[in-house]
Amino acid sequence: MGHTRGGDRAYERERLDRGASSERSIPGAPPPESRSGATRQIGIAVRELDLFYGSLQALKHITLEVPARSVTAIIGPSGCGKSTLLRTFNRMNDLIAGVRTSGQVLIGGRDVLGRDIDVVELRRRVGMVFQRPNPFPKTIFANVAFGLRLLGLRNRVDVEFRVEQALRKAALWDEVKDRLDRSALQLSGGQQQRLCIARCLAVEPEVMLMDEPASALDPSATSRIEELVLELKRAYTIVVVTHNMQQAARISDRTAFMLNGELIEMDETAHIFTSPKQKLTEDYITGRFG
Amino acid sequence: MSRERPESPAPLGVRRPSIRRRAWNGMLTLLCYTAALLVILPLALILWHVVRLGLPALSPAFFLNLPKPVGESGGGMVNAIVGTGLMVMMGTLLSVPIGVGAGLYLAEHGNGRFGTLVRTTADVLAGVPSIVIGVAAYGLVVIPMGRFSGLAGGVALALIMLPTIVRSTEEVVRLVPRSYREAALALGAPRWRVIQEVVLPAAAPAVATVVLLALARAAGETAPLLFTALGSRFWSVAIDRPMASLPVYIYDYARAPYDDWNRQAWTAALVLLMLVTVVSALVRFTTRRIPRP
Repeated sequence: MGHTRGGDRAYERERLDRGASSERSIPGAPPPESRSGATRQIGIAVRELDLFYGSLQALKHITLEVPARSVTAIIGPSGCGKSTLLRTFNRMNDLIAGVRTSGQVLIGGRDVLGRDIDVVELRRRVGMVFQRPNPFPKTIFANVAFGLRLLGLRNRVDVEFRVEQALRKAALWDEVKDRLDRSALQLSGGQQQRLCIARCLAVEPEVMLMDEPASALDPSATSRIEELVLELKRAYTIVVVTHNMQQAARISDRTAFMLNGELIEMDETAHIFTSPKQKLTEDYITGRFG
Repeated sequence: MSRERPESPAPLGVRRPSIRRRAWNGMLTLLCYTAALLVILPLALILWHVVRLGLPALSPAFFLNLPKPVGESGGGMVNAIVGTGLMVMMGTLLSVPIGVGAGLYLAEHGNGRFGTLVRTTADVLAGVPSIVIGVAAYGLVVIPMGRFSGLAGGVALALIMLPTIVRSTEEVVRLVPRSYREAALALGAPRWRVIQEVVLPAAAPAVATVVLLALARAAGETAPLLFTALGSRFWSVAIDRPMASLPVYIYDYARAPYDDWNRQAWTAALVLLMLVTVVSALVRFTTRRIPRP
């Protein structure tokens, strides 16, 4: 089945089917720590996914599984479609006019490419961290509280509690607790990226997508982000796109190698880097191309 | 370091730039400064002239009194100051919601055929001579109402401001980084909230500047007011009656054969300048705050 999406029509649909989404109302919900583990057991299954930008096929018959509560890395040379694949998981590709997809992306058993999916709700459950830190030009507090207010959380004490939780989880609390009302743009690049992670964590997504989250950061900021990813995988399903193979080796449990829109190989990270089955994978990880 | 050890040879063969290059550098720099100066010069001259000729007749009375009949000296233009303020306010109230809304539409959704139509229309409207805008407001408001009015003047000023606000708002909203929108959408914000809570606040200082520029231009318009608000020599704050305004007073008084009136025209020009400057300073001050939640 194929779905055609123009930029604006998709938004109309988002609005129409928001009605069913209210059962995930945060007010009154128990704090994140006490939530049952069951809701976190959400993996991703991609089946026969094709994606076209106009007439250009960017993804070709991708089929893969992302286990819950693990880190999956997607590696490959620039332009191989790894970011595009990531952005199908929360339908950010909808923003680009002329994108068509077919196949299935099952998250928690539901095909998120379907017409009946509330994209707004989907994006709350599938959070995303971008390559360049992109905090809003608001205060540090307002950045983290943004998603909470989207959920309709108004109680000041509640919001403050959750903001602190999120900042602690993102290992940023101690650095910013005394200046929550300062502009987020005054933070360093690494801090900004952890703020973006905190902002994402605040709405308690089940899945976190990270699109080269450390590529704009210096080595020490990078290692902090990597530690954070390892910490977060205990509660979240994480997919990381990276062009840094050492990073993939350090943080991921499974690694997928993509080339020219195709999934060449996917396996345990240790296997991919020590005994790849495909010649192309071996050539890539040994630096023969890409 | 090399100064202490002159015997050590320069590690790189890098020397001072040649005379030729330094000469060019100096000349072009000078040219740039000259060009910049030439831009400032007309404004400086106008300001100087207006202040020099307008200041003598400037007194508290000018802000407090109504114009005196011909022959009597003194008097003020309080009616014109208030009238200009009222009509600019009406113009702003009418044009800002429509103009900012249309600008947002163009920036966020306006890539289709309708967007092009709106854009072209705004551009054409911006190119319409202000006297024609006055005629339009005459037809739209004065004829149906059966008389000249401050409201008609406000509508004319709104028409003057509208295209500038639309196109400039579009420009400044487009400057809001795409990454902000992506971040908000990825957090599960519906598009209207992205615009309301991220795009618009980020663009707000620039939008305020846009509105201000349009307002400053409208405040100085004479032609559209001539046969809409007409002008008045009396206290005129009823918006359905002819209303006095500073530009129209400047126009009338500058042409009059009385020295006293001519002096007052200069003073009116000075007051108009001051009003625009004060509003400008206020808006800049209020929009330069740090971002708040």
